[in-house]
Amino acid sequence: MKYVDEYRDPHLAERLVAKLAETVTRPWTVMEVCGGQTHTLVRSGIDQMIPDKLRLVHGPGCPVCVTPLEMIDRALEIAARPEVTFCSFGDMLRVPGTARDLLGVRAAGGDVRVVYSPLDAVALAQKDTDREVVFFAVGFETTAPATALAIREARRLGLGNFSMLVAHVLVLPAMGMIVAAPGNRVQGFLAAGHVCAVMGYEEYYDFAAKHRVPIVVTGFEPVDLLHGLLMLATRLEAGRCDVDNQYARSVARAGNRHAQQAIAEVYEACDRPWRGLGVLPMSGLRLRPSYHDMDAERRFPSTSPSSVEPPECRSGEVLTGLLRPDQCEAFGTRCTPEHPLGAPMVSSEGACAAYWKYGRSPGQRASATNMRSG
Amino acid sequence: MKPNTFLPSCPMPHADTERIQLAHGEGARLTRRLIREELLAAFANPFLNPLADAATLPELGGRLVMTTDSSVVSPLFFPGGDIGLLAVHGAINDLAVSGADPMYLSIAMILEEGLPIETLRRIIRSVKNAADACGVSIVTGDTKVVPRGAADQIFICTTGIGRLRPDADLGVQRVRPGDKILISGTIGDHGLAILSAREGLDLGNQLGSDTAPLHHLVANLLESGADVHFLRDPTRGGVAGVLHELVEQSALAIRIEEAALPVSPCARGACELLGLDPLHIANEGKLVAVVGAESAGAALNALRYQLLGNQAAIIGDVIASPSAEVLLANRFGQVRIIDEPSGAPLPRIC
Repeated sequence: MKYVDEYRDPHLAERLVAKLAETVTRPWTVMEVCGGQTHTLVRSGIDQMIPDKLRLVHGPGCPVCVTPLEMIDRALEIAARPEVTFCSFGDMLRVPGTARDLLGVRAAGGDVRVVYSPLDAVALAQKDTDREVVFFAVGFETTAPATALAIREARRLGLGNFSMLVAHVLVLPAMGMIVAAPGNRVQGFLAAGHVCAVMGYEEYYDFAAKHRVPIVVTGFEPVDLLHGLLMLATRLEAGRCDVDNQYARSVARAGNRHAQQAIAEVYEACDRPWRGLGVLPMSGLRLRPSYHDMDAERRFPSTSPSSVEPPECRSGEVLTGLLRPDQCEAFGTRCTPEHPLGAPMVSSEGACAAYWKYGRSPGQRASATNMRSG
Repeated sequence: MKPNTFLPSCPMPHADTERIQLAHGEGARLTRRLIREELLAAFANPFLNPLADAATLPELGGRLVMTTDSSVVSPLFFPGGDIGLLAVHGAINDLAVSGADPMYLSIAMILEEGLPIETLRRIIRSVKNAADACGVSIVTGDTKVVPRGAADQIFICTTGIGRLRPDADLGVQRVRPGDKILISGTIGDHGLAILSAREGLDLGNQLGSDTAPLHHLVANLLESGADVHFLRDPTRGGVAGVLHELVEQSALAIRIEEAALPVSPCARGACELLGLDPLHIANEGKLVAVVGAESAGAALNALRYQLLGNQAAIIGDVIASPSAEVLLANRFGQVRIIDEPSGAPLPRIC
């Protein structure tokens, strides 16, 4: 397959691994920001191919994971209303709220639908005019342009029955929180390629200089990640805290202006609580006042008490790279995909899900290692 | 209604209506007419023709194998097939992978009030064509109608009876370390075709269900003399589901080579786009075979000899291991486990 196979070429990967081994002379800890990158690393086994001195910690870039319990409970409450058709991306459906998940709401008679694009929800609102169609707008800057377009389209069509529950978050404030936190170990970032495809990486120059960390904008295929790691290691070894772009086939320095305009027209930055991290200043997006009529939080005021995150779920530490999923006591025992304590175990980009899915629980790892040596 | 138009007759439904009504299932004239005109006309054979409560079958001269299967699919018609084909192939394939030659089928249909008769006719034609192509007779059946909303258009339950082949000695107890695992062709096509049709995704026009009867393929494999230990059709849960079932029951482990898995370019593209794993996606015309290592080549040839198996491949090995797991060696030489899907595959966010 074009644009995929060349980035999964085992020979190229082998050469990059050898180059990395030559380059890395001291121990370094680097973070891949995006959950999609985490999954590629664990699925392809890159984390086990690279030099031991290069330590990877997994970042917060899983939008489903960082959506706080409070927001999940709001979604469940709205989805359960008899007049509502609740539309969501697929990976949100198994994320546990306080009492149940969206699949549970559907089983209890709620009208919960999986859509592939926010515009599908708009089309649904246009078709079923007697239903209140609510779209759950989750995601980083990657999905925000599409949800912004959906809002614009619903306005253009004059739909009075379409609204959005907005849980968008921004990636840079989270990176800033991680690198400024006491006990931070992250010395360099593989930045999230798809976020940068929208936003560009102009902002990263100041960030890199301020926090003294090199940043490499990186793609999502195995060869991308190895190449990104090599570029990052080269900078770390040379003491260069600058920014470079490994993912040039998708990312321009200025990003995608049209997408940025769509976001800016519909949304404004706001303080936003993150799962396990608390409220991060100016780290989220909310609808601008001119679109408040399409804000589901305003249209369906909450009647439930505020949610309390289960203390046993250490997702905050996992999301900031302080704890590896398999180091969590609940991992694989009291927390599994069937009975998750938190979102990182069930999201397709969650670090806990990656460790579970690709066999990184202690027992699983032992047998996989045996197989390899055999 | 004006009083003088009132006629004191029974409120008989209009028999020429184009849609299924509750009266079609009440056992009266409309039911008989439905059975006679639509079902018997299509399925006619000496066992069904008397329209008795049960079919009396001749002695089959061997051990009988029986299976039952329900088909509930939305949409009813999709690229590569329809619910009628699935209903027949589902039962045929369950018999085939049990080492039986399929002989007879029963068909029970639960119809939702309001189903267009023309839709029912199309499905019946499809069932008939599939049964004819498989060389099996539909010897008995049942039809019920439920109120609108109590079913999704039509549900079909199929029961199949077959005769165990004398050359079949299959079962998980025969699987041992060193055995080779074969797949009869590309994986994931059916589930992706359904997903694409149901959600209106434009995933490419080459994406079609692989629904097909497997009994000829199985017969060819068994007649080849290959030492076949275990057969299964990887439907719901995909190939990963079958392999997990196998390791769970055998207490052995399985190691699959990623590079050996046959996946069509179109299915691969769709999986990449949606974040799905073809190993987790349903097939309706594929065979997983576990054979003794020494006859793996013969088994592969036997599968590839038929059109249905021309993309067959040896995809892995059964291995002795302290933990019963399904492992996958990727292109980078790394080994990871393949997990069992929990629930239906859900497409990712971005």
